[in-house]
Amino acid sequence: MKTTRTTTRTPAAGPARASRTAPVPGTARAVRTPGGLSFRLDVRALTVVVLLALAALAASVVLIGTGDFPIPASDVLKTLFGQGNPGQEFIVRELRLPRVLVGLLVGACLGLGGALFQSVSRNPLGSPDVLGLSQGATAGALMVIVLFSGGATAVTFGALAGGLVTGLAVYLLAWKRGVHGYRLVLVGIGVNAVATAVNGYLITKADFVDAARAVVWMAGSLNGRDWSQVRPLLILCAVLLPLVLGNARGLRMLEMGDDTAYALGVRVERVRLLLMASAVLLTAAATAAAGPVAFVALTAPQLARRLTLPRCLNGAGGAPMPGPNLLPSMCMGAALLVTADWASQRAFGADQLPVGVVTGVLGGVYLLWLLVAERRKGRI
Amino acid sequence: MTTRHEPGHAPGHEPGHQPGHDSVSEQHENSKRSTVNRLSADNVTLAYDQRVIAEQLSVEIPDNSFTVIVGPNACGKSTLLRALSRMLKPTQGRVLLDGQVIQSMPAKKVARTLGLLPQSSIAPDGITVGDLVGRGRYPHQGILRQWSAEDERVVRESMERTGVAELAERYVDELSGGQRQRVWIAMALAQQTPLLLLDEPTTYLDIQHQIDVLDLCAELHEEQGRTLVAVLHDLNHAARYATHLIALRAGRVVAQGAPNDVVTAELVREVFGLRCQVIEDPETGTPLVVPAARAARARTAAPRVGAGRGTGATEAS
Repeated sequence: MKTTRTTTRTPAAGPARASRTAPVPGTARAVRTPGGLSFRLDVRALTVVVLLALAALAASVVLIGTGDFPIPASDVLKTLFGQGNPGQEFIVRELRLPRVLVGLLVGACLGLGGALFQSVSRNPLGSPDVLGLSQGATAGALMVIVLFSGGATAVTFGALAGGLVTGLAVYLLAWKRGVHGYRLVLVGIGVNAVATAVNGYLITKADFVDAARAVVWMAGSLNGRDWSQVRPLLILCAVLLPLVLGNARGLRMLEMGDDTAYALGVRVERVRLLLMASAVLLTAAATAAAGPVAFVALTAPQLARRLTLPRCLNGAGGAPMPGPNLLPSMCMGAALLVTADWASQRAFGADQLPVGVVTGVLGGVYLLWLLVAERRKGRI
Repeated sequence: MTTRHEPGHAPGHEPGHQPGHDSVSEQHENSKRSTVNRLSADNVTLAYDQRVIAEQLSVEIPDNSFTVIVGPNACGKSTLLRALSRMLKPTQGRVLLDGQVIQSMPAKKVARTLGLLPQSSIAPDGITVGDLVGRGRYPHQGILRQWSAEDERVVRESMERTGVAELAERYVDELSGGQRQRVWIAMALAQQTPLLLLDEPTTYLDIQHQIDVLDLCAELHEEQGRTLVAVLHDLNHAARYATHLIALRAGRVVAQGAPNDVVTAELVREVFGLRCQVIEDPETGTPLVVPAARAARARTAAPRVGAGRGTGATEAS
């Protein structure tokens, strides 16, 4: 890409068109190669992605250094690059790195899944938490714990299956000549209520030991996560991320309504089904790995949006409408979750608080703020 | 109900020429007989779930025409437009674009040939005019060709043509209704399709902006030779701007042809159930529909209901 230049390319035709060589105002910048390839370049979104990724990595380093045996950040970095002493090597590589990686991946999956759902439903409340996917995955996990007293692996698969079945149920129940925003959210809220009731019932049926396990699992925690949880998540992300990003342009068109997207040549229902299936998989896998970590999927896309959309920052009008802000949401999710995990360990003594409690508090505060802000603007 | 054409009949049997458009309409007449028009609906039955809107409806859109579809509410005009733009799959029959069944063609290929301005579109919050118009380039883009110099040129031209170039950096939701409609039309123009379908492009606009939008459509048709198909509510606008008029009632084509030949008092009564005079538009010489005074309509309504005419009920209501 050495010969790459930004968009000050002179159009081939005609002299005296100097004024026409500037990019169209209000549109994206582009990177073009002589071979005729061109790529959109959203500088602001790219900056946000880089900064959030750096923030997530920095928080990860701090988190690895945190615990009963504190390690300074410089030593953590040294160890990660293979130059630490054997003691630190063991603590970092075997105990703390997998936990942090699971945190990063779970946060990324939830952020991306949330962004997809909010964009497809065109509703900032259309997140997997609200649509019942987390509760559905929980129901799957609780069934394994309570009815079969299954082990950790079985619980993971139970959660995965529960999430997928719930996602399928929401899609089928909301389907009527296509799936649309409000119907999806309302059906999701209904399914969420049913799944919550099932979970409550399962807990009352459980004996004391199983009930304790179930409650711990339901809080959402990263305690004791190891490499066996990192790999499946990593593989899932590696498969789904290119698929999702490949359809992101279609999703951008879907923002303008089904008819407009259709007229522009987007295979609307196919793109939507594909992206929703991806979002369900991402959320179910994240929940299976860490339990139902509350509110990350709801808040990460909205927070990312406030960073990428200049007008939202200025606060000058405009509802937080969802947009497929996929990569920024993903990085925001990862940064949020790792930071919340650090807070849960640090603020209340080691391993006192599951990470889901912290994200729940943060998310609740965010939701209240969103409602108050909307009310001020007279939208509610 | 009396219809001028039995459905299924090939159109173009309407004799006569529109004054001032002789050469154009002659060409239409010839092309209809010798070659096939690019877009047509062939014996289609259109239905939403179980509700049938139209049965065995056949319509040809003459190439290079500004075709306007008119008819009373719920007569199936928007449904027909949805079918022509492949958004609604006919339960029977087929819609043909360039001789191929439109549903069988690749989505992006259709989108490069046929554009549609739907009745309702959502402007994503925080989107600028330039960005929105740029989205019309989607069918010309791909993963490796996301925003070419050509895209930029076309977007700029589309905005200039619709008079929204100076708004490029404004947010769409800050614009007035008329400006916004121009922006959406600019987006459809950026799609660069030889055929452009517009579903009630003047709804919710005041009279000046309605005329603005229609003037723009006429320019696109005359200067760029695009084929335009629009659904319009206002019969006088339709008569003034259309080169080809299709009058629908209850899912059937009642009449079609040049407005001067088609728009008569009799037809308006048949299609809309409204008694009226048709006079010559003092500005353009096209037909101008003037509804009869309330008293006059009340006098005639009673005997017609008594005579059991199907249109009587509508008229009385």
